[in-house]
Amino acid sequence: MPEFLNLQGYGSLLADGAKLTILVGLFSMVIAMLLGLFGAWGKLARSRPANFIAGAYTTIVRGVPELVLILLVYYGAPTLLQDIAATMGVELFIDINPLVAGTCTIGFIYGAFSTEVFRGAFMAVDKGQVEAARSVGMGRVLCFRRILLPQMWRFALPGLGNVWMVLIKATALISVIQLPELMRNADIAARSTRLPFTCYFLASLIYLAITIASLLGQQQMERWANKGVRKA
Amino acid sequence: MPLVPDIVIESLPRLMSGTWVTIQITALSVIIGLCLAVPVALMRVAKSRMLSVPSYVFCFYFRGTPLLVQIFLIYYGSGQFVDLLQTVGLWQFFRQAYFCAVLTLTLNTAAYTAEILRGAIEAVPWGEVEAARACGMNTRVIYRRIILPKAFRLAWPAYTNEVVFLLQATSLVSIITVMDLTGVTRVISARSFAFYEMFIAAALIYLVLVYGVLFVFRRIERRITSHMQAVS
Repeated sequence: MPEFLNLQGYGSLLADGAKLTILVGLFSMVIAMLLGLFGAWGKLARSRPANFIAGAYTTIVRGVPELVLILLVYYGAPTLLQDIAATMGVELFIDINPLVAGTCTIGFIYGAFSTEVFRGAFMAVDKGQVEAARSVGMGRVLCFRRILLPQMWRFALPGLGNVWMVLIKATALISVIQLPELMRNADIAARSTRLPFTCYFLASLIYLAITIASLLGQQQMERWANKGVRKA
Repeated sequence: MPLVPDIVIESLPRLMSGTWVTIQITALSVIIGLCLAVPVALMRVAKSRMLSVPSYVFCFYFRGTPLLVQIFLIYYGSGQFVDLLQTVGLWQFFRQAYFCAVLTLTLNTAAYTAEILRGAIEAVPWGEVEAARACGMNTRVIYRRIILPKAFRLAWPAYTNEVVFLLQATSLVSIITVMDLTGVTRVISARSFAFYEMFIAAALIYLVLVYGVLFVFRRIERRITSHMQAVS
């Protein structure tokens, strides 16, 4: 094996990192979708406070870099809570787990992006469907569950695919809070083997493979979701 | 607690110098990236495979991998080729974090922008091209007078998003020790333990920058599409 390809056994470290990256990505995506559904409801609801909260959420999160938000949550949240506790006379020591902090922050950020996706998807569902459901006597919640939710997915899938693609790449940022995901492990391998280019390039190829697999998966899901739609 | 913590007011000059670095890096990458994106997009739509395939690979790689990996690949990865770079006389550039940061961001935004431009070039109505040809213009003139101006107008809203993403992405350069807004914030907060105060201040500055850029770009958009706007 040529010298520059000899990973000295650090290959398995990259594989472990890739597993954690996908895991963190999936968990964050679930959080992002739940927040996105709530956010879309907030934006479309006929309630001023809900409109305002959802609007502020998407405006702020989409205007601040992910890295700043991650650092804010990981370093800022514990000190903020400690300070608040101190003013109430309670001695508190909080240490956030990087896995939890990273996953929640990424989910929280991309929740803002999926809010916009879900909002568009709900609005794309034919108004007549909702009117018909209401006129046969379904309540708001029932109408949402039986009519809007199943039909909205078809419109949401392309946008959600984009969110996922950006999200999985953003998980690399969690490496700054020492979570041993792909990027962090590539960093460790690069320092130990003194082959930074090889290690980072290999990591980038793994990310590329995840992207390609996601693209193929997205195509399949869209085909499945559009089964019942006739195309010109 | 005072409305604006003292530590934020004290470090305001340093925050401003960090903001200036952020603006510099963003402007440099946006301008050079755009100059690079036009030829890359033209190569993408070329009929010759010799031109379109390299451009496709370039775009796919830079869009499919995390920016952080790209930054590390160029900054730390170049260390694997010190001898080679020294003989070519490029090592003095790759040694500097600032240079590597701008280089990576430029290549990254060039790939995304080329993809946006490609879509826009393909969306130019064929009738306009036919009409130009009927007037006797050759391909070069058609690109200069018809296709590219139209494509830029079509691409502008998507390009606005790309610039905003790039502005936020510049925060990553703090990881390779460039003292941009995020970098300055990290140093000050690590020394003073004022994590949430400093990061919230940084987030607010980013918000102002992002929505400032959005405001300017929307203004330009209205200007360049004023002939297409509906009379109301």
